[in-house]
Amino acid sequence: MTGKMETKLKEIITKERMITLFEKNRKEIFKNDPELVSRLRQKAFDSFTELGFPNIRMEEWRNTDLKEWLGKQYDYHFNPLPGMDVQKIFRCNIPHLDTAVIGQMNGWYVSKDVPLIRLGNGMILGSLAQAFKEYPEITGQHYGKYTGSGKNSLTDLNTAFAQDGIFIYVPDDVHSTKPIQLINVIQHDENIFLQSRNLILLGKNARLSLVHCDDSYNHQASFSNIVTEVHLDEGAYMDHYKLQNLNNDSALISNTEFQLEKDAGLVSNFITLNGGMLRNNTRVLFNGPHGTANIYGLYLMDRKQHIDNHVYVDHASPDCTSVEMFKGIMDENSTGVFNGHVYVRKDAQKTNAYQGNRNILLTDTAKIYSKPFLEIYADDVKCSHGSTTGQLDAESMFYLMQRGIGPESARMLLMFAFADEIVGKISIPELRNRIEDMVKKRLQGDLQICEQCVLHCSTPEHPMEFDIDLSKV
Amino acid sequence: MLLSIKNLHASINGKEILRGINLEVNKGEVHAIMGPNGTGKSTLASVIAGREVFEVTEGDITYKGKNLLKLSIEDRAREGIFIGFQYPVEIPGVSITNFMRTAVNEQRKYKGLDPVPAVEFLKMMEENKRLVEIQSNLTNRSVNEGFSGGEKKKNEIFQMAMLEPTLAILDETDSGLDIDALRIVANGVNKLRTKENAFVIITHYQRLLDYIVPDFVHVLFEGRIVKTGHKELAFELEEKGYDWIKKEFE
Repeated sequence: MTGKMETKLKEIITKERMITLFEKNRKEIFKNDPELVSRLRQKAFDSFTELGFPNIRMEEWRNTDLKEWLGKQYDYHFNPLPGMDVQKIFRCNIPHLDTAVIGQMNGWYVSKDVPLIRLGNGMILGSLAQAFKEYPEITGQHYGKYTGSGKNSLTDLNTAFAQDGIFIYVPDDVHSTKPIQLINVIQHDENIFLQSRNLILLGKNARLSLVHCDDSYNHQASFSNIVTEVHLDEGAYMDHYKLQNLNNDSALISNTEFQLEKDAGLVSNFITLNGGMLRNNTRVLFNGPHGTANIYGLYLMDRKQHIDNHVYVDHASPDCTSVEMFKGIMDENSTGVFNGHVYVRKDAQKTNAYQGNRNILLTDTAKIYSKPFLEIYADDVKCSHGSTTGQLDAESMFYLMQRGIGPESARMLLMFAFADEIVGKISIPELRNRIEDMVKKRLQGDLQICEQCVLHCSTPEHPMEFDIDLSKV
Repeated sequence: MLLSIKNLHASINGKEILRGINLEVNKGEVHAIMGPNGTGKSTLASVIAGREVFEVTEGDITYKGKNLLKLSIEDRAREGIFIGFQYPVEIPGVSITNFMRTAVNEQRKYKGLDPVPAVEFLKMMEENKRLVEIQSNLTNRSVNEGFSGGEKKKNEIFQMAMLEPTLAILDETDSGLDIDALRIVANGVNKLRTKENAFVIITHYQRLLDYIVPDFVHVLFEGRIVKTGHKELAFELEEKGYDWIKKEFE
């Protein structure tokens, strides 16, 4: 613990408090900045000062109320916290998955004395703050370019405050052979408010599989406002997995901005297993023709949890294909939002776009607000959408039970089958198996926040067993 | 006595469908229930299975000496009651293999038995697939999803073979089958017949009974069994239709 006064917010979060915090810590915030970053910081701060936090009177935030979450008292840190047993926390991994692991603790890159790792193939992984220093040209070409300003006040807030995060660079024609696992752990003895910033760059025809995990380590409240910018240059391809398993007092705003150049391909899969309030803002811009983006999502919510997936796909170029499929199972008093917006510009002919959202509500008190939306200005396009919300199919339940399967197992079989359409799209077999296990555990109510999450697979040598073995025989 | 139904009345949404059914089935017997459409044949199967949309307003069903109406749907199945459905439901995402493995093991658990070992289970699957001439790839597919009518019915008989019920009720299993599929389904049933189990075959037509010879033929009309005979009754119905019965009882 640093104990510095300026690192403590210990107050609820309001626009005014954030402005004061920024002004008071200006020196600390700006100290490592290259000129470009400082400039964007100030601009974003001005924009946030004007806009403030979103509220439910705004169309985009009508069904997600941040008030309760901003109303808690949080600490804010302008330096990484010392004294954590990083080795212990990052020891564990997905069983049998051969990945390179990079870690973030409360939003800061965990350096282990090497702030940037350079691989033999030219890839660079590590701290964004360090990359600003060592690779000003690369970072300067891309940083802040995909978020814009004045569009999203939370992204502005992040740009104004963020000091570190993860930087990944895959040079032209390099195919990353191992998946990269990026783990962001929140661990603090006090409530914490954090904002980190990631920049992921794939050169021409580069390939990368990225597994991006947001995990809690304890049950302390947190508010994270994270921005990830991803640029896929011509012909690049990325497999992106976002796994969210946070405690029930966690609020997470995850803004992910993808820009795809000509012929680039993206598969993104958001698996949300737990968390108090999660908002995934995912934006895809097709900046060149023949791009493809498949955006999938699965959310399994209960208690008073809230999940909000906002997906915006900007078909700014012709001949691109986007597919969205988000599926959710909502239990108890959970609430969910799916808002898909496909924007097809005038010249984006031969656009192919699909949006799908399917929900199962297990109780009368669970709620889902689903809004797939197509906005089309080109005339030669193929666009469609669909949204369904219902209960578990009574006919199917009866059929399974008539064969001697008890109602609990029958529910499990049907829920797992529903979820598996998304999980089945995970192309890394070890990860898919792991997520299948986690989904089963989650559906059975057995998933733990710390012990069983992707990172802390406490006993990987003991594979999980289920009453019903759903694994392929 | 395996199954004894006495004065069974059942209704759906306040409308009475079964109006006093009496039926007794012993082990080793095959019963055919025939009758015009809409007289309650499928309702009888549903009530025996425990489908909740039907309300039993009067009468009793005793099965293996137990009050069947007190048992849950799954416990009736675990006690050996199997329904071959007229319209088997499609369940996307649940493979037949997982489905059957879960069903077999939950039934075994009810009887205090350990789960069947994987190798033995696969052997069972193979044998029973051969019995109903199912191509091997069918079992890796989702339950009934995209199956043709014939495949769905073969799949019902396959499940019956896997679960080895004591009382199998086949609800219009023959409807929509071509002659080859009909032969396969009937062969399956005949091979599974023992002294220890019983079959109730609900059918609209006599042709299935060319392959599965019943011990008793019942005619169900307007919620009651109005005639009981032997296989000759089925031929008579085939020849004369149901009109003479209607005239007799209307």
